Amino acid sequence: MEPIDLEYDDAELELPSEPMSLNMGPSHPAMHGTIRMVLKLDGETVKSTDIQPGYLHRAFEKMAERGTWAQVFPYTDRLNYCSPLLNNVGYALAVEKLLGITVPRMGQLLRVVHGELSRMADHLTCNGAMAMELGAFTPFLWYLKAREWIWECHETQTGARMTHSYFRIGGTALPATDQFVARARKTVQRVLEVVAEGESLLLRNRIFLDRTQGIGVLSRETALAYGVSGPMLRGSGVDYDVRKDKPYLTYGEVDFDVPIGEDGDTFDRFMVRSEELRQSARIIEQTLDLMEKVDPRSPDAKVSVDDPRVMLPPKSEVYGTIEGTINHFKLIMEGVDVPAGEAYAYTEGGNGELGFFVVSRGGGTPWRVRVRSPCFYSLQSAKGLIEGGMLADIVPIFGSVNMIGGECDR
Amino acid sequence: MADVELETRVVGGGDAGFVTTKFEALLAWARKYSLFQYPFATACCGMEFFAAASPRYDIARFGAEAPRFSPRQADVLWVVGTISQRQAPVLKRIYDQMTEPKWVIAFGTCASCGGFYDNYATVPGIDKILPVDVMIPGCPPRPEAVLDGLMLLQQKIGDGDRTTAVVKNTQLPDGAEEKLERLYNIRMRP
Amino acid sequence: MARIILDRLKERFGADVLETSSQHGDDVAVVTPARWREAAEFVRTDPRCACDYFVDLSAIDCCDNGDPEARFEVYVIAYSVARKHRVRLKVRLPEDNPEVDTLIPVWVGANWMERECFDMFGVRFKGHPDLRRILLYEEFKGHPLRKDYPAQQAQPLVAYREGTYDKLRPFLADEGMPLDRTFKAAQDPD
Ligand code: SF4
Repeated sequence: MEPIDLEYDDAELELPSEPMSLNMGPSHPAMHGTIRMVLKLDGETVKSTDIQPGYLHRAFEKMAERGTWAQVFPYTDRLNYCSPLLNNVGYALAVEKLLGITVPRMGQLLRVVHGELSRMADHLTCNGAMAMELGAFTPFLWYLKAREWIWECHETQTGARMTHSYFRIGGTALPATDQFVARARKTVQRVLEVVAEGESLLLRNRIFLDRTQGIGVLSRETALAYGVSGPMLRGSGVDYDVRKDKPYLTYGEVDFDVPIGEDGDTFDRFMVRSEELRQSARIIEQTLDLMEKVDPRSPDAKVSVDDPRVMLPPKSEVYGTIEGTINHFKLIMEGVDVPAGEAYAYTEGGNGELGFFVVSRGGGTPWRVRVRSPCFYSLQSAKGLIEGGMLADIVPIFGSVNMIGGECDR
Repeated sequence: MADVELETRVVGGGDAGFVTTKFEALLAWARKYSLFQYPFATACCGMEFFAAASPRYDIARFGAEAPRFSPRQADVLWVVGTISQRQAPVLKRIYDQMTEPKWVIAFGTCASCGGFYDNYATVPGIDKILPVDVMIPGCPPRPEAVLDGLMLLQQKIGDGDRTTAVVKNTQLPDGAEEKLERLYNIRMRP
Repeated sequence: MARIILDRLKERFGADVLETSSQHGDDVAVVTPARWREAAEFVRTDPRCACDYFVDLSAIDCCDNGDPEARFEVYVIAYSVARKHRVRLKVRLPEDNPEVDTLIPVWVGANWMERECFDMFGVRFKGHPDLRRILLYEEFKGHPLRKDYPAQQAQPLVAYREGTYDKLRPFLADEGMPLDRTFKAAQDPD
């Protein structure tokens, strides 16, 4: 007997469907930041989308033009608030480039250690949140626990849990405390254990794999043309890491690998971040070794440049001598006198190439501070990842893009 | 039942006994320990909000465990982070969607007064657009301050008080300062 | 360094490259608005430049140079992943009706950056498919990163409530403002 539907072709059996518009955000709980998407759906397939950032626009660039150069630091903390110290480093390097000064060795090492600790916190948050959005709540809680340890390590050093403003133009606010090296070593070890535990929950989990592998594929060429950087670009197989390609601070002296993905899907981005956690740990350990090797009596052991035009004098001088008082007053009220010119300095931030383009017209106030925020670029490319996929895949894709509102909208 | 005690009398009747109280007092008491929250997390403070909800600080101990991601089911609106002018209509709409009784906590300096974002893009404090019950200063507030804020809100709910309150520094108990000084070798007293 | 790009540009565009410099190791070339797109295309496709990676596009308000014909400087930064060098191209635009060709055909990534540039500075990009505001809202008037836009001039979408406190008032709570509420120490549960 012949099947009854032989004479129909499949197209006729499909129900006709109207495209549907769906508004997602800007306060969607499963989104990292505040972002609005207007989706055109056909059934569950996303036909087209309009991504609208800007709900957290806080006028960073305008505010930077209003104070002194040093007053920009607190605002940079709040750009990528998952890794504040990396932003501090980026901005400090940009201004130092204009000033033409180099921070003494110990200051550089401190910047590297703190920056990498910050990067670990950032990747922990991102990977944890992504797992949570796929329903795996336990890794999220574990990763937050580990992040708490890192914050504690920062806190003993900087006094703040999250918004540190620890670096200064020309150095660091304070030298490392006595226990810092030991504490950092221990923290890194404990964090790595948690990372391994978290991975053991996820990497053989069928649901996690099915929902990340082959989803949201970003090709190499598209990624480059969009200016995507950081873990997302490396997930697409481009070997570009500012720390390797143009080593700044002391990154040239330490040995680490740049993990690269193959397919450019959500899973690869997750794995790149996971691996970067381990590489950051390697960098930290080696840098801590280097710190211990610095002779405490040599000029290398200073954390800030010895230049009264840039650094505030020590408090004993401010209260004890008239020169110190005047110096302090001038630096606070008028700011560091940065020569006219413009410079673009870029570092590897939590999400990729974090660039600060600073323009000075001379004097203590920046003329323009532009931040090249990596997730604005990643987010722009997300349109291509979402379209053609399923509605439910939007959330893990966004998780892997790691859009941070403060940095994206500035 | 410590908080209802003032208006509560235990009436005799053997071992079991029974309790009388004013209905409002009982209702307020019931409400304050079963707060369903809607976290409206926009910015950096959200990280600290996660931390307060995560195992170490564990906000669930204070009866505010369940986040409800629908404003219609929530009692407390946590406004966590900066509210930009563009976001303001959204926030207002979410507040309007919540059913009575509802309370609002402004988490962090930005939500309370705009903080150092004193510019064209930011709403200088959400009390410009909706009534606020508790403000938690700090940029971001430490999780301890968040817990203080929650307890302050619970106290206000119990008292039926709808004025705006600001979380202040908690006083250390007597003798704690000496102990801290001894333990950590620091000076805390003038 | 990447002098090679500057040399190639000068070779190719002659007098249309207005100036070049290498301050602080950043190579900069200023081109005329007419050949802006062409120069960018050249930097990307020329095998010896090969700047396939789009880094940044934004503008600077140079209202202090006293030349209304060159008030805005739009710049684009491009990088070559293979050759590891980067270049900054600039174009100077007049005060009224600043307009320049879009770079979307060269790097797709320029799309949002140009929208942002339009939003913040009011620079228009000829041929841009979707030149809308991106960080601010449609109702916003003016372009905030221009130096003549006052930083504090907000344009609220939601009318502010009556009787809210001024920005700094909550901090005066200690002076007997209605906000004053001391935090009662939590009572021990019985
Ligand atoms: S109060 Fe501070 S930490 Fe909180 S959202 Fe505002 S800037 Fe961010």
